Order: sequence, then structure tokens, then C-alpha cells
Amino acid sequence: MNATPAARTAIYISGLSVTFSGFAAITNLSMEFRYGEIRAIIGPNGAGKTTLMDVITGKTRPAAGDVFLNKETNLAALDETAIARLGIGRKFQKPSVFEALRVRENLELAIRNGRGYADMVRSRLSERRHARVDEVLDTIGLAAEGARVAGTLSHGQKQWLEIGMLLVADPQVILLDEPVAGMTDHETGRTAELIAGLRSPERAVIVIEHDMDFVGEIADLVSVLHEGKLLGEGSMQSVRANPEVIRVYLGR
Amino acid sequence: MNTLPDPHAPQRFTLSSLAAKWLGPATEACVAPLLLLVALYLPFAYFVLPEASALHLSLFGINLIGQIMCFALLALALDLVWGYAGILSLGHGVFFGIGGYLMAIYLLNGAYEQTHVLPDFMQYMGASEFPPLWKALSRLDVTVLATIVASAAVAAVFGFVTFRSRINGVYLSIITQALTYALMLLLFINDVGLGGNNGMTGFTQLAGHPVAGATTQIGLAVASCVLLVAAYVGVRYLTRSALGRALIAVRDDEARMRFLGYRTHTLKLLAWCLSAVLAALAGMLYVPQVGIVNPTIVSPQLSVEIAVWVAIGGRGTLLGAIFGAILVNGIKFWLTAELPAVWPFILAGVTLLIVVCFNNGVWGTFKAAAGRERQP
Repeated sequence: MNATPAARTAIYISGLSVTFSGFAAITNLSMEFRYGEIRAIIGPNGAGKTTLMDVITGKTRPAAGDVFLNKETNLAALDETAIARLGIGRKFQKPSVFEALRVRENLELAIRNGRGYADMVRSRLSERRHARVDEVLDTIGLAAEGARVAGTLSHGQKQWLEIGMLLVADPQVILLDEPVAGMTDHETGRTAELIAGLRSPERAVIVIEHDMDFVGEIADLVSVLHEGKLLGEGSMQSVRANPEVIRVYLGR
Repeated sequence: MNTLPDPHAPQRFTLSSLAAKWLGPATEACVAPLLLLVALYLPFAYFVLPEASALHLSLFGINLIGQIMCFALLALALDLVWGYAGILSLGHGVFFGIGGYLMAIYLLNGAYEQTHVLPDFMQYMGASEFPPLWKALSRLDVTVLATIVASAAVAAVFGFVTFRSRINGVYLSIITQALTYALMLLLFINDVGLGGNNGMTGFTQLAGHPVAGATTQIGLAVASCVLLVAAYVGVRYLTRSALGRALIAVRDDEARMRFLGYRTHTLKLLAWCLSAVLAALAGMLYVPQVGIVNPTIVSPQLSVEIAVWVAIGGRGTLLGAIFGAILVNGIKFWLTAELPAVWPFILAGVTLLIVVCFNNGVWGTFKAAAGRERQP
């Protein structure tokens, strides 16, 4: 485990409940995500994993409970845009890159972060940001594809581009929803390297994934959700040995 | 037997090879100068060329060209919001109408100044003096400014409320359609004081020139061409900038843009207000060319037709919108004179045909084909 118990808390969740017209998606959930760690969230379908990401990123409002960034900013009171500007980046389950735009243009949109309309009209990008886009293109392995229209990329390349769109803005918290779904083994391996490269003492990475080998490879800590509650938390080995987890999820 | 394709064989004639040959950045760059050339040609064709010449244009013809240019500007305005920001407005007639009605008020100011006779509808309403409020629009520059401010303000209020409430897609289209219908019903009422269903007419002078005079009418047609070109160049610059790419991104996945830190309703509002101002300026130039304004200018029918022009030309291409407006209105002016009864069927037929055969519109389909041919 890389994360030490003394690491600062990035996201602090306490007493969180989310309901959708009577159905309780998350019930009284409390957990913490710390800087420097890569955390995996696993659990059966309908466990509330994506709903948890929706709450952190402002897409869904909680019925009760608190979600704090750095123990000071209450995210439950902010909208998606404000939360994104605080440095919380999210990758969706289905690749959502802008297919009509070029690869490089996708990254340039992301690095601007919705600020500076005057610079956008003049299509001006600072030297530093230009270099950063180049750097990220290199990191995600698409340096040669910068001028390609994003819609023509392969599924795996689109997923990497979307991770690049988060990375380029240097977020403090990165949320990845099933980053390797639908990837070949080779692509999965490269994605694992890419995610390992996201680790930084200044950053918390949270990954939802069903691929247990992939989870074991990247995660420092695994949290298991079941029916909107935290079933267990610990290293991959300890979670795999937990009889409750085996019963509801890993099974067989 | 040799089954390999012969590299020296003449290239097969296809739509895309044709498009690739004739349509490219160079062709597109020609359009603005071409329209400016038309603007220069209009006075030349009327004043210089003898009436017997085949290239001579009558005042009637020049007037039609001027009107069509106003419609092309209107289509360009709609393409900015529909083709780039993904907002299908079926109520752009509202902004066209704002420009048209404010221009009519200015023109009636001029008429009253000259004749000191109140417009018919005011006499009918029992008014004894020219409304003092109307006198605010007794100067052309003030009227232009008022039109820009009024159209932008109406667009800003409507856009702020709907975009912030995240009303999108068909719901937004229906609201815009309802808006233009409501405005039309309002304008039909005599007591509103804008001429009721007869509208406003009897214009005599525009900035000191007789409104029906050859110089004025040709001037208006030329101004319509020039404004269209200026608007096209400006909108093209904007849509090709990083801001234009942000609009495209909002069109394709608005939620994703929010998670990237964009205030998407602000972006949409910018495009929406700019589009409204362009539509209002088109209305301002249109009214003195047709000599009348009445509530049909904000009828749902006209607003839907604008979307048809853009769809036929190809949305999201700017030139497609201009091309579609010129094509449809050109045919319309010709056919409503020759075969008025069949015109609606022809328009409906052409629209269906294009939706089925060219789903990117005429210009859009050729452009896409040219792009494919060049990048195999």
C-alpha cells in the first residue's frame, strides 16, 4: 500500500443518502478518499457506484449527508461546472469525447476549463498550455493522432483521449467509471499503466471497475458497495477473503 | 486476365469526385467576393446597362434580390444557433419581426414629418396626434441601435430562462414556436397600436430619400448583400475559433462540457443573442424593401420555413444556409408567380426529397463527399 494513514483527505463523505422517487440508491454511506492513493470501487450492478460519482460531481443531489472536498468545500451545494472548476475531473462509462472535433481540439477545450471567452474567440492558447497539450498527447499515446477527427479513433483510443481530457487540466480528484470496459487485453494493460501514471501526492484517483485482475493491478485500496452501503474496505487480498463480499459479489 | 484496376483508366464519374473537383476551401473563399460582386452589379445593371440588354435588371428584379439577401441573412442567423449550438429555433421570426416593426415605426416617423397626416390605422383608432413615444425612433442611427438592443435583450431574457432551466431539443423548439405565435396574435390586436392585422404601411422616406425611389431600393438591396457578406465573414470567423469548437461540443454533448468546467448556458446565450441581432437587422432591411410590415412576419409559417431553408442547404455549414435560402426563395418567387397553387406541394416535395437523399442538405452533402474524396 502506497497511501499512508497520515495522507490528507481529498473527499470526505458522511451520512450520504440518495433516493430516486422512493428507491434508495445510497443509504447512510460514509467514506473517505485520500490524496496519493488509487482507490477502486467494486460491487454488483445497482450497488450505487455510479450514483456516488454523480453525487461527487454534482450531477445528482443527495437527499441527506455531506460531501466535502478538502474538508472545507461542500460539494452538495455546487453545480457540475463549479465542481469541475475546483479540479474534480470525471470520465464517463461510455466514452464521451467530442467526435466532431480533432483529438488536439478536444484536449484544448478541456485545458481551457470554460474560462477566457476572449482568448477563445481569438483561438489563443498560452505557450505553457500548448506544451501541456503536447505532453498529454504523448502520455496517452496519441501524439501522432493529434490532427485526427476524434470520431475516427478506436474505442480504446477514445477512452485514452477522455482520460487525457481530465489529465490536461491537472485535477486534484479524478473519477473513472469503468475505464477498461470493452477493451482488448493489450489495451487494458496500457490503460493500467496510464492510470498508474496518474498517481501523485497531490491527487486522489477513484476507479469503478468490474475487471478484478485490473483492479488488483492498479488499486491501493478497494471499497465494496452493495445496495447503497459500504460492505467492506481494504487491500485486494483482504477484500477477496471477506466472506460477505464473496457472497454478494465475487461469489462462485 | 488482368484484374488489377488500371491506374490510367478514366476516373469514374461520381458525386464525390465531382464534389472534390469543384468544392474546396478555394470555392468557399469565392462566395463572399461573389456576393460583393452581386452588390456592385446591381446599380450597374440598372443605371448603366440599357434596358434592351439581357443583363439589365429591372427595379422589380433588384428588389427581389434584396429580399432574398435578407432571407439568406436570416438563415445564416439560424444556422449559427441550430448548426453550431444545437438550438433549433422555430421562432426566429420574432427577432426578424422586432427589426421589421421598429424599422416601420422609424419610417412612419419620416412619413408623418413629411405629410403631417397620421397613418390610417392611428386615425381609425381615434388618435389625434403622433404618439410621443414613437418619436424616439425618428432617427435611423437611433433605430438601428434600438433594434440591436431590443433584439439582444429579448433573446437574453428568453435564453437565460430556458438555457438555465436546461430546456433542450424539441421542448425548446416548441416554446420558440409558441412564442412567435403568441407575438403574432398580440400584433393582430388593434389596441396594441401597431396597426393590427393590416400592419403598417404608407412609408414615404428613408433617411431623406424617397422610399420607393430607384436609388433607395437599389441602395437597400446593396446594403442587404453587404450586410450578408459581413455577417458571414464574422460568423465564419467565430465558428472556426476555439469558441466555435466549444459551441459544437455543447451541441454534441452538453453534459460533458459542464463536467469540463464550461458554463454551457452562457455559451449558448452568446450565440443565441448574436443570432437574434442578425435576424433583427435582416428584418430592418426587409421591411422598407417590401413596403409594409404586418403580423405575418412573425407567423409560425415563416419561422418554420427558415429552418427548411437551412435544412435544404445543410446545417452547420453557414454557406449551406445561405445557399438554401437563395435557392428556395428564388424558386418560390418564380413559381408563386407562375403556378401559385402548386408551390406548397413543390416545397414539401423538395424538402422530403432532400431529407431522404441528402441528409446533410445539398451543400452539406457535397461538402462531406468532397472531404471523403480528398482523404481516402
